[in-house]
Amino acid sequence: MRLIVLGVGNTLLSDEGVGVRVVEKLQQDFSLPAEVEVIDGGTTGMEMLEDLAGADHLIIVDAMFGGNAPGTIVRLAGDEVPVFFKTKLSPHQIGLSDVLATLVLTGEQPGGVTIIGIQPVSMELNMELSPQIAALLPDVVSLVVAELAMLGVTLQEVA
Amino acid sequence: MGKRITIDPITRIEGHLRVDCEVSDGKVSKAWASGQMWRGVEQILIGRDPRDAWAITQRICGVCTTVHAVASVRAVENALELEVPLNAQYIRNMIITAHAIHDHIVHFYHLSALDWVDVVSALKGDPGKTAALAEGLSSWSGNSKHEFAKVKERLSGFVGTGQLGIFTNGYWGHPAMKLSPEVNLLATTHYLQALEVQRYASKIVSILGSKSPHIQNMAVGGVSNPIALDSQSVLSIERLLAVKEWIVKLNDFIKNVYLVDVAAIGAFYANWTAIGGGVMDYLAVPDLPLDTKGTQFALPGGYIKGGDLASIKPIKAFGDPYFRDGVEESVKHSWYKGGKGALHPFKGETIPEYTDFQDNGKYSWVKSPTFYSKPAQVGPLSRVLAMAAQNHAPTLKYLTGLLDTAGSLAKTKIPLAAVHSTIGRHAARAVSCAVQVDELANQWQLLVDNIGKGDTKTYNKPTFPKGEIHGVGFHEAPRGVLSHWVVIKDAKITNYQAVVPTTWNAAPRNEGDVAGPYEASLLNTPVADPERPLEVLRTVHSFDPCLACAVHVLDTEGRPVVQVKAL
Repeated sequence: MRLIVLGVGNTLLSDEGVGVRVVEKLQQDFSLPAEVEVIDGGTTGMEMLEDLAGADHLIIVDAMFGGNAPGTIVRLAGDEVPVFFKTKLSPHQIGLSDVLATLVLTGEQPGGVTIIGIQPVSMELNMELSPQIAALLPDVVSLVVAELAMLGVTLQEVA
Repeated sequence: MGKRITIDPITRIEGHLRVDCEVSDGKVSKAWASGQMWRGVEQILIGRDPRDAWAITQRICGVCTTVHAVASVRAVENALELEVPLNAQYIRNMIITAHAIHDHIVHFYHLSALDWVDVVSALKGDPGKTAALAEGLSSWSGNSKHEFAKVKERLSGFVGTGQLGIFTNGYWGHPAMKLSPEVNLLATTHYLQALEVQRYASKIVSILGSKSPHIQNMAVGGVSNPIALDSQSVLSIERLLAVKEWIVKLNDFIKNVYLVDVAAIGAFYANWTAIGGGVMDYLAVPDLPLDTKGTQFALPGGYIKGGDLASIKPIKAFGDPYFRDGVEESVKHSWYKGGKGALHPFKGETIPEYTDFQDNGKYSWVKSPTFYSKPAQVGPLSRVLAMAAQNHAPTLKYLTGLLDTAGSLAKTKIPLAAVHSTIGRHAARAVSCAVQVDELANQWQLLVDNIGKGDTKTYNKPTFPKGEIHGVGFHEAPRGVLSHWVVIKDAKITNYQAVVPTTWNAAPRNEGDVAGPYEASLLNTPVADPERPLEVLRTVHSFDPCLACAVHVLDTEGRPVVQVKAL
């Protein structure tokens, strides 16, 4: 089994980078078994194709504009995962959603996708999370750990 | 006044580039290129340790991570006059070339080929005829009738279910699409094969860079890869041999597929050699240093005026005063506080002053860089011309070969001057890619030979003096000249400016109100249907645009919020 936790976002823009901060904390606090791969995707696109190919399940952690109050944590799974194709001007916009679409094309799409989204408080130019989002980090990490447990893998905390 | 079209965003990941065109009598009569996001990330670096800057700057952009890491360490090394061990140069050179190859393949096949190739038309292609056509062009093993039939079936499956997936919203059936169904099927097949091949380049970057997608091995003074030939955890013979195997696969694809496809597509769109030239003053810096000081390079660079190769003035070494003293940036038409004229990057200021989009005033977050007061085009075309002008043999070989292949397909002689164009930028990118894969193999050999001599040094420790020092680091990145400019005082950064390739090309009008390369290249571009301005996209995409500071917030737009469960 191959489970991937992917944190994405720009760590130079405060809460935009929350996904990356979550995977950093996950790597720090837990010893990860071989079947769990934790990736800091930053804001990259096609470079991730190789890493994301053929996963049994993909958990994406990202900042999310869902029209909710800042600091709201949202979980999307199954049919709720936004369709990867919204109105686009041209087929030249390769981001994470397009990497996933490309995996569909190559027949290597993940068996399932769960998204954990966090509504940002601040998108200012800063390498630190806003205090409100920073305080939420342990909750988000617990959610990811719970997701993995539902998929059959229990993480052990580093002593 | 003609019809005004606004294309916004041109791409999503690239930080919101907007292009406005006035179209009169079916042609672009005036154009504006506008960066729609503030790229002030340099502010974050002020007060920090110069040794940490590379890791922070590689987060500027989601497309060009490694290039900022490279330019940043070079800037600090230049300020310290710090030499870099040979092994570190070779390892960096391999990361640079593998990254460039990745970028070029993905740019051509996955980001821009679909401006020229009609995927829907490929469904009408006959696999047998496509194989016959392909056989005459190259010996690539993936060009069989069986392979084409397989791809056609897979595509039909996608289209049959009404899901074009990644191909949604292309300009299918647009009158400017000119390829036969067979050529479309051929190119679409290579689009899919390129998805496989680009992974080899990614793997090389991630093995040498110790991690993917953000490399971890860069250091001011060298690289942090320990070299031990028999260890599993470091750069071992086993890993180097794996890298060699991937280089061979990349080479096969680039020489037998990429170069050929660009020649073939270019031949069918020969009219595009007369469109999209624009600024013909070309700037490229030398790269792939072969000594510890950065005075000898595998790939030469320089400045060419007015498209005349004889005018080449070489840039010879890291920190070359000819380059260092020639660069300035104007903010007259950019959303920053100005009034001081064009400023050298060491004195550069980035104080926002937003005014809304003013046609004759400020209209972009991109500054306007100049080389000795003139706009310059940067990118693969500039580098290929700078290398050709200095008789770089591999460049001349691949360039002549590509023009000959295109000429024989178009049944006319295609002169070198044809490259000053939209399609010429694609041709130059393919030539550059072929040169890079040769150099990747060459740098691999240099590294292995040097380790064989018993040299395992990869790092010189930097020491920072008291007082103020200045440094410039330049790098010929996939999209062209990238330079980082750093001012350090008492071991802390006091000013930092990154002049990125897209800043050169997407520049708004400068201090003298002269248009930048995108704006100039769009003039007279024919536009068949202003509602679907494919031709404008072709020219802008030919530059491989990338505005730094990718924002990646996932957007649930288009879905009723009530379906989103708040926890």
